[in-house]
Amino acid sequence: MDKFTVLTGLVAPLDRANVDTDQIIPKEHLKSIKRTGFANALFAAWRHDPEFVLNQPRYRGATILLARKNFGCGSSREHAPWALVDYGFRCVVAPSFADIFYNNCFKNGLLPVVLSEAEVDRLFHDCAAFPGFKLVVNLEQQGVSTADGSKSMRFEVNAFRKYCLLNGLDDIGLTLRHAGKIREFEARRKAQYPWYF
Amino acid sequence: MGKTLYDKLWDSHLVHVEDDGTALIYIDRHLVHEVTSPQAYEGLKLAGRKPWRVDSVVATADHNTPTERWEEGMAGVRDPFAKLQIETLDANMREYGAKVYFPFLDKRQGIVHVIGPEQGATLPGMTVVCGDSHTSTHGAFACLAHGIGTSEVEHVLATQCLITRKMKNMRVAVDGPLGRGMTAKDVILAIIGRIGTAGGTGHAIEFAGSTIRALSMEGRMTVCNMAIEAGARAGMVAVDDTTLAYVKGRPFAPAGAEWERAAACWRGLTSDPDAKFDREVKLDARAIKPHVTWGTSPEMVVAVDEAVPDPEREKDAMRREGMERALIYMGLEPRTRMTDIRLDKVFIGSCTNSRIEDLRLAAAVVKGRRLASNIRQALVVPGSGLVKAQAEREGLDRVFRDAGFEWREPGCSMCLGMNEDRVGPGERCASTSNRNFEGRQGEGARTHLVSPAMAAAAAIAGHFVDVREWR
Ligand code: SF4
Repeated sequence: MDKFTVLTGLVAPLDRANVDTDQIIPKEHLKSIKRTGFANALFAAWRHDPEFVLNQPRYRGATILLARKNFGCGSSREHAPWALVDYGFRCVVAPSFADIFYNNCFKNGLLPVVLSEAEVDRLFHDCAAFPGFKLVVNLEQQGVSTADGSKSMRFEVNAFRKYCLLNGLDDIGLTLRHAGKIREFEARRKAQYPWYF
Repeated sequence: MGKTLYDKLWDSHLVHVEDDGTALIYIDRHLVHEVTSPQAYEGLKLAGRKPWRVDSVVATADHNTPTERWEEGMAGVRDPFAKLQIETLDANMREYGAKVYFPFLDKRQGIVHVIGPEQGATLPGMTVVCGDSHTSTHGAFACLAHGIGTSEVEHVLATQCLITRKMKNMRVAVDGPLGRGMTAKDVILAIIGRIGTAGGTGHAIEFAGSTIRALSMEGRMTVCNMAIEAGARAGMVAVDDTTLAYVKGRPFAPAGAEWERAAACWRGLTSDPDAKFDREVKLDARAIKPHVTWGTSPEMVVAVDEAVPDPEREKDAMRREGMERALIYMGLEPRTRMTDIRLDKVFIGSCTNSRIEDLRLAAAVVKGRRLASNIRQALVVPGSGLVKAQAEREGLDRVFRDAGFEWREPGCSMCLGMNEDRVGPGERCASTSNRNFEGRQGEGARTHLVSPAMAAAAAIAGHFVDVREWR
């Protein structure tokens, strides 16, 4: 997994609430057996529209997606973060995320940042007002700031997730450090509740 | 202080907790299907890892398998990508194994959330995960059950654990008798209508109250199935006699003396009387009417005797915009009476409503009648091969066929339209499934979520009707 430390990136605004994973990647595109190659499938149904944000030249090369509340609701498909990452996004900023999607992001080097409704609102405004609007996302400091440093905001992130992302660590390797404990737990469970085995 | 059911399930599976609350929980049952598992097995192989406990795995192909032409075997799978996924699952099962695998064409194949309980592979007190958000269904058995992403599928395969954090406790209590013709589907749609699709975010929901206790296991599965549409990854119902009666005698359930011991343990899978919930919601079952969604989110739902809401009366600008967009997508005018909405297609199936009781309810409405002339296609897709066989023994297939429905092979089918069973652009479908998102049943498809009885009545009438008045 790629490390995430500090990201300075162009911001693309997606001004819709409750964007679900069927919109992020429609199921026609779930038929691959690989983890990559989903860039063109990202928001496929909306990409036909020339006005759609990703079709506007000013947002070409964006690495930060600005979104509205409850982003990533719906199906648990991990293809949603895969498609976002494949397209080039490394960070999604929104007032709230659906739980499964939020989790899936961290496993793919994509940082979901929760800011307040008011902060996000302001960013939408700035994005529209200033072509080439960029943000600096600093995971270590848990901060988001405008490129000129005029505004800065703090976000919360769970310490374990942060550590993994900062170091590009894979969850499985980390968990297997506890293999002994897992084996013990399993043996106890099997003795006590054999019907689960 | 007392513990909630969720607290008990959580505590009994805790392997390790970090200082910041990140926990490793042990997974008892891992359900695997063809769409979200190939990348997980690929990752395992690339890293040179082996599954930790193959006996925890129950697998089937359901999401993109065709529901007709089974007599042609694999050749009946026309979509080369679907075929590749089905064959990849076959290959992974050959290489790694499972407790049991019901491949495409097997008599016991079916939707993963239907066959787990049907086989007794879902047992009370288990942790159950699957790369599918409707894993919440299994919570009906007092399991901690929820969907996971593909990286987590790989993680569970490799370590038998899931990295997660404890959710908050929420109780939704529904009390009182349900009116005539009301079903579990109307209950859960009413709940979502009340709390919204983000209402349960960050919580595990326990469904409780006399109405829930009076539901059959199949009804409880319908309710827990849509916990995810209420924003909660997991929904659950406490163990009672109904639970034990359902589980007893299933192929993978314990038997004999072991059954007695297990059943005694399972009796304790309830919330203590003094347990504390972070959030409580109460509903009066007497007020629940047949529900129909009108928009592109399950919370955009009204009772069948109401009308499509008017966005102009919505004060919140964000919500108003969402409503307006939904109405354009759905091709509906505000204030249209729900019973005036005419349909093109009807789908009875999905892990929400494809079990035998669902099919019985729908068949009772259909019996002796014909599809309305404006209905282009009406599908009945049983949840599993065993449900299908049972329905055929009861003659339900004839009832549906005689009325003009197509009687199909089991699978997810038109719930998500990954196979050929789709709703076309602009077509309007009454569906017993769980999601009405834009494009869910096919690009441009317009979905209305309803109960099996409501879907059946709509197929006969050609538009929505109030099943309470169905004679
Ligand atoms: S029936 Fe629909 S909701 Fe259920 S598992 Fe299949 S695709 Fe998912």
